Amino acid sequence: MNRRELLKSAGALTAGAALLPFLKTNAWAQSTGTIVVMIGNTINSLDIHRPGTNRPSYQVAVNVYDRLVTFGTKKLADGSLSYDYDKVEPELAESWSLSADRKAILFKIKPNATFWDGSPVTADDVKWSFDRALALGGFPKVQMGAGGFVDPEQFVVVDAKTFRIDLKQPSKLALPNLGVPVAVIINSKVAKANATAADPWAAEYLHRTPAGSGAFKVERWDAGQQLIYVRNDKWTGGPLPGVQRVIIREVPASATRRALIERGDAHLSFQIPNKDAQELALNKKVKVVGSPIDNCLYVACLNYNFEPFRDQKVRQAVAWAIPYEQIFKQAAYGRGVPMWGGKSAKPATAAWPQKFPYSTDLKKAKALLDQTKFKDGFEVPLSYDLGEADWGEPAALLIQESLGKIGIKVTLDKVPGANWRTVALVEKKLPFLLENFGGWLNTADYYFYWAYIKGNLFNASNYDDPVVKKLVDETLHMEKSNPAYEAKIKQMLQKAFDDVPRIPLWQPTLESAMSPKMQGYEFWFHRQVDARSYKIV
Amino acid sequence: MGQLTIILARVLQAVPTIFGIVVVTFLLTRALPGDPAAYFAGASATPESIAEIRVKLGLDQSLPLQFVAYLQDLATGNLGQSISTGQPVATELLRRLPASLELTLFALLLSVAVAIPLGVLAAVKQDTWIDQVCRFIVTAGVSLPTFFTGLLLVYVFYFLLGIAPAPLGRLDMLHIAPPQVTGFLVLDGLIAREWATAWSAFKQLLLPGITLALFTLAPLARMTRAAMLQALASEYLRTARAAGLSSTRVLMVYAFRNAMLPIITTLGMVFSFTLGANVLVEKVFAWPGIGSFAIEALVVSDYAAVQGFVLSMAVLFVLLNLVIDTVYTLIDPRVRIEG
Repeated sequence: MNRRELLKSAGALTAGAALLPFLKTNAWAQSTGTIVVMIGNTINSLDIHRPGTNRPSYQVAVNVYDRLVTFGTKKLADGSLSYDYDKVEPELAESWSLSADRKAILFKIKPNATFWDGSPVTADDVKWSFDRALALGGFPKVQMGAGGFVDPEQFVVVDAKTFRIDLKQPSKLALPNLGVPVAVIINSKVAKANATAADPWAAEYLHRTPAGSGAFKVERWDAGQQLIYVRNDKWTGGPLPGVQRVIIREVPASATRRALIERGDAHLSFQIPNKDAQELALNKKVKVVGSPIDNCLYVACLNYNFEPFRDQKVRQAVAWAIPYEQIFKQAAYGRGVPMWGGKSAKPATAAWPQKFPYSTDLKKAKALLDQTKFKDGFEVPLSYDLGEADWGEPAALLIQESLGKIGIKVTLDKVPGANWRTVALVEKKLPFLLENFGGWLNTADYYFYWAYIKGNLFNASNYDDPVVKKLVDETLHMEKSNPAYEAKIKQMLQKAFDDVPRIPLWQPTLESAMSPKMQGYEFWFHRQVDARSYKIV
Repeated sequence: MGQLTIILARVLQAVPTIFGIVVVTFLLTRALPGDPAAYFAGASATPESIAEIRVKLGLDQSLPLQFVAYLQDLATGNLGQSISTGQPVATELLRRLPASLELTLFALLLSVAVAIPLGVLAAVKQDTWIDQVCRFIVTAGVSLPTFFTGLLLVYVFYFLLGIAPAPLGRLDMLHIAPPQVTGFLVLDGLIAREWATAWSAFKQLLLPGITLALFTLAPLARMTRAAMLQALASEYLRTARAAGLSSTRVLMVYAFRNAMLPIITTLGMVFSFTLGANVLVEKVFAWPGIGSFAIEALVVSDYAAVQGFVLSMAVLFVLLNLVIDTVYTLIDPRVRIEG
């Protein structure tokens, strides 16, 4: 008797002593009440603010805690669901309003919002939580800064249920940044009760014991193995989740995950390799959803520190010599959004990301190269992160072969994951590299801020252009509805087209495989499991 | 000297070795490329936020100061905090070591149960079909990488036939772990009289156990065969036969007992490398063992975790050698442990 048959039989509970353990966990009490999700990496903390908390742990912040606001849902062209960046919706806040000078946002907290222990959610909790995100430093502080929140003074408790954020300057990024996983609201009474003099922010306690108001509570956490969520039936942040219990299982080997999802022993295999996605898409028993990752591009960066790449014609020659189609087939397994072959050399819209006006044309590439002093070719190492070798390796090999045809001799340089950040992004000394930055806040100016401004982390090309800098400065906080916005973005894109310090290869997708019985799977910019919308039919 | 003093002396001898290991791992982890502070600060961190994390991790101190702090912690039994898992290293090791030990010991048990009879038979019936079968199994065992055999077994027994349970770690999702006594789930299940749990844990153990057993079979079977051949060709055996002793007695008492010393030595070696080498099996079967913990820690330059892992392995090896030496004296009275 396998598990499914066992669960199907309604009389399983009376089946006798042999099934006693079944009674004990209760985990499978209703076959439609439990969802089993497999992830490939490990959750290392239940507290997103703690230094050292890794990306897979962000899902705990999403499922277990609430924020003031969240994002709406939209249906993509292929019928799958995605969060909607342009629709900010209430979560713990009931409503909010902008001051006339747009330099303060006033939030009304839902009157019935309570934490799991029954105590009401107050403005003090909000302030304490935001102060904590700044105080503990590291990534949370940086992310808070993206919305313009840099100083605890900006977080003001007006009364128990009213909270205000004062901004240094009006910004369109402020409100959406309150919907990112970092901006969680913690039960400050519980946290303070467990804080010590050495640990005033209760980092030690919250690391293992969440204290929130979210849709799920953590029932059990076996670090390195599994995390079990159980529904909070009194959740006020949104519609009650469709499942009673969610089991997150860590299964490191992707082959094992694939066997389990094909056998139907799990409902969802979250984030699978593109190769598996391509093959499983042909399998009728499994549903595969690939969602384009907003504001993320896989690119080849040309570093201005490397002499030949200072010449615009050389950069354009490289852009014309990249074998886009082949890379898309062999590195992306056809799953993603093409970012080459744009019809016009001028951006027709301000949409981002959009196709760049390059495609594979070796004649054009050679002609451009011949106009420069590097017409006899040169040698350059192409670096990629070993942690991203699944797409980096095939892409690099194809680029090597193709550039060889116009006389650019490419050698391959694999950099171990722990080193990558330092050499590629901090020291920015790699002449030619493959990079995959994606921004949580989904606007072109935000991407350009990180990737095209001198000194900023993801500008591995050392690109420095006064026009782009000015445009980014002007648009970063400007409302999208401002009449000047679109023209400025187009101007910015035009520079990116012409200068190509970053050559987009394709826009990646987040691929997941699931049982056909599963519904409500939704893509989120944070690229983690958000089980609040999951359902079993 | 009494047995106890000898054992004590051996343990004392291990102290300089372990201290040396402490120093070397400390230096090696620091020499690794990569900056843990930068890693844990996340992709979009600023220089200030990296500096903040460096202070939090105590990495802003000079190396000698860090080393003294480390020694002080060690003296109080504190192995430090693993930054990647966020748990104290000691807790992490205590939780994961039993998982690896259970798997390794079970695999060795299986392996010994097959390899020794196979080796003895192959030696006794040298160059017959049994010898050829032994040679075939042994060659196949060493030449197939463990992750491949593991995946193959999962594919056949779980995916195609559906007899094996889902390769999801140590226990089926239906069961919860019994109260910890030995840390071995099968034994703990039996102790707690939760038969279904013990049975489930045993079923989960089977496929990874067989995978590892196949891998460890080869050295054991080869060594048994060689040692037996040597013993069989020896003069005392000819004397025993000439004295008219029964062939079973000649084989089992005189030949096998003498062949056992090299087999035990090999067993010790196989045990130690299996414990470290079952990372791939752990990955395939989602086994929460110590190997995958160490690899993860190494990848992110999690100093405390790597040091804790190496140190615990070193202690384990010292203990293992001690056990093997003691076993020698039981098998062969001529062997004496020199204090």
